[in-house]
Amino acid sequence: MLFENVLDVLAPAVLDVRHVGMRYESREVMRDIHFALTAGDFVSIVGPSGCGKTTLLRAMAGLTEPTSGSVRFKDREIREPQSEVAIVFQDYNRALLPWRTVRGNIALALEARRIARSEHPARIADLLRRVGLTRHADHYPAQLSGGLQQRVQIARALAQEPQVLLMDEPFGALDAITRQRLQDELLEIWSATSTTMVFITHDLEEAIYLGNRIIVLEANPGRVAADIRVDLARPRHQLTTREDSRFLAIRHQLFGLLSAE
Amino acid sequence: MIIATIVLAVSVAAGCAGLIALAARDGRAYAIAAPLLFGALLLWCWEVVCLGFGVPRVLLPAPSGIAQAFVANLPTLWADFVQTVIRAVVPGYLIGCGAGYLTAIALDRSAFLRRGFLPLAGLLGAMPIVGIAPIMVMWFGFDWPSKAAVAAVMTFFPMLINTVAGLSTTGALERDLMRSYGASYWQTLLKLRLPAALPYVFIALKLNFTLALIGAIVAEFFGTPIVGMGFRISTEAARLDLDVVWAEIALAALTGSACFAALALLERAVLFWHPSFQKFALSKP
Ligand SMILES: Nc1ncnc2c1ncn2[C@@H]1O[C@H](COP(=O)(O)OP(=O)(O)O)[C@@H](O)[C@H]1O
Ligand SMILES: [Mg+2]
Repeated sequence: MLFENVLDVLAPAVLDVRHVGMRYESREVMRDIHFALTAGDFVSIVGPSGCGKTTLLRAMAGLTEPTSGSVRFKDREIREPQSEVAIVFQDYNRALLPWRTVRGNIALALEARRIARSEHPARIADLLRRVGLTRHADHYPAQLSGGLQQRVQIARALAQEPQVLLMDEPFGALDAITRQRLQDELLEIWSATSTTMVFITHDLEEAIYLGNRIIVLEANPGRVAADIRVDLARPRHQLTTREDSRFLAIRHQLFGLLSAE
Repeated sequence: MIIATIVLAVSVAAGCAGLIALAARDGRAYAIAAPLLFGALLLWCWEVVCLGFGVPRVLLPAPSGIAQAFVANLPTLWADFVQTVIRAVVPGYLIGCGAGYLTAIALDRSAFLRRGFLPLAGLLGAMPIVGIAPIMVMWFGFDWPSKAAVAAVMTFFPMLINTVAGLSTTGALERDLMRSYGASYWQTLLKLRLPAALPYVFIALKLNFTLALIGAIVAEFFGTPIVGMGFRISTEAARLDLDVVWAEIALAALTGSACFAALALLERAVLFWHPSFQKFALSKP
């Protein structure tokens, strides 16, 4: 307890997940999930599919209320989505409005924040540059590859100027090369902002490569199996980081945890 | 007779060869040319059969005969067109579609109303036009308002049902997205659900024009001033002046197809983003 308080003073928690449990009728999906996110951290959450990762993310976003426990954002309990917490969905196909251009889809977040129309062009241009989409400003989602569509979603989430960015297996449907490129771009965006990142994935290596911290979930019901610090040097590198002995050690550890079931 | 058979066989063969050649090609021009050629072939065969086999004009006049009647009766046809299409079909169609659309939005807020109203709407929608038409004539008189009312009643339910279906197409993820922005019910409706429902709305818009046209023409059988397409068809048929009847039928067919084509073009322009139109509108950069 005392230890927790000391940590609180050093690095205040932005998002506090307190003994969260979730039931759908008689089925228990999550049990007693408890952790706190420190500001500016990059946390990966891994677990087998069906262990409740999406449910946990929706609870952290304020989209569903847990049946027990609570989620607190900056010391107030959240029951509704907060404008400071942005979400990137896995299914980019459906998360983008097909009748709006890239520019229009990003504008959606600005409209939601009621930002004056006159400010839109400059802000959108800046966001497009940050995710490398300037050339595609006037294209429609259907004209873009999966990787580009996911970049649009990231830009739209950044348009919210969020303090926490929640991502639900955002690169899960992309091919390996595109995925690696987006991983590095995401890390660049992270280091250029102070956004706290929560990155859900079922890919162990992706979790280690991106995160400072990995929360491992086990299934039936979903609960925290381990909470691991990742002390790999930054900036990370697709080849050397993945060959680092500590990377491999964590990979062994995660593999052991997740195949034990 | 033999000559007619030979001409028929040759032209069918040539037409089919042409169609097959067109079907093998891709592109806009060919997509338009194929149905035109097909239509021309049908008309030509019809002409050859009528003239070559001496079909009595009362049974089936040749296309050339219908065209002659069309030109000879142009002023009458125009007056009938104005009375039936401009005065009755168009306002009835607009009112029926608009009311169906707005009712669907009103019902959307309440699952209770929807459960109560939709089965009732289905029941009313299944009412036969020959039942509705005389009632509307009694309510709204002999002139065009009763015909517009029939057109409105006939188009209301298809639009209502389609819009309700369209509004329910947006899934949990899309609604999560709008909720994460703290969007209100109306913002979600305007920015997400109504645009997503448009493909369904267009299905109703296209079907409804034909329904409104049929409704207004049939309603004229039940009482009308001495002008209108339905009136003309019923009186000229009684006088066995079938060329005029066929000219009216041709006019109705032309009006229906022209409006359908116009709506299809509008649909393609509005729904350029929809997967079924992407082949035409959007290309990969
Ligand atoms: N709305 C719901 N009603 C009932 N069961 C649900 C609901 N949402 C999720 N579940 C169940 O909860 C479990 C965890 O789902 P989910 O959070 O999507 O897992 P993951 O994202 O890790 O694959 C699954 O077994 C799923 O069937
Ligand atoms: Mg999931």
